[in-house]
Amino acid sequence: MTDQIRLDAAHVDMIVAHALAGRPNEACGLLAGRDGRVERVYALRNADESPYTYRVDGREQLDAFREAESDGLDLVGCFHSHTHTVPYPSETDVRQAFYPDWAYLVVGLGEERPVLRAFRIVDGAVSEISLVVGS
Amino acid sequence: MAVEVRLPTVLRQHAGGQSSVTVEGATVGEVLAGLTAAYPGLSEQLQIGDELPRYLNVYLNDEDVRYMEKLETSVGSGDVVHIMPAVSGG
Repeated sequence: MTDQIRLDAAHVDMIVAHALAGRPNEACGLLAGRDGRVERVYALRNADESPYTYRVDGREQLDAFREAESDGLDLVGCFHSHTHTVPYPSETDVRQAFYPDWAYLVVGLGEERPVLRAFRIVDGAVSEISLVVGS
Repeated sequence: MAVEVRLPTVLRQHAGGQSSVTVEGATVGEVLAGLTAAYPGLSEQLQIGDELPRYLNVYLNDEDVRYMEKLETSVGSGDVVHIMPAVSGG
């Protein structure tokens, strides 16, 4: 099976809305789910408050992890926005990617319409994966 | 002081597969130094110097030590230190 991450249209809407609302700064969040499927989106605070970098607020990251775990979910990925550059992991994204089994979603806001793409980042190597949106 | 250090899944392979280990120390910095001395593989992963790396979150009893005294934060017997790589980039 092609490497993929599955999520609902409502999840996509939440991710894009959070990215748009975060401008001019990068927005970020976490994805919880199981078996390659997103069940919950955590739209979280960018502690860097920067248009160039992001770091999920540490306390919010721990709270999301604890809540997901108590609901029987795993953290399966994260998302962040690129306010002007292409929706592809930057060198900074790759250097700071610590979760090889996660889906790294990037929302590109530089085009007329937001673009959402998904990737795996393993040992410094980026590979795009399919984003399967369904109900 | 003996404190419990909880490790995320992604780091457990460097600590013999353990999800938590007990380490001696009086501060968060000493606990992390003890952790990386005991598990050199973690030392390579975490690369903790004199300051808390930007890409590493460390919690003392669920409080982010960035908002306390960072590596100088005192720990007491029975405390739990939770390590979690940050989610960050640019």
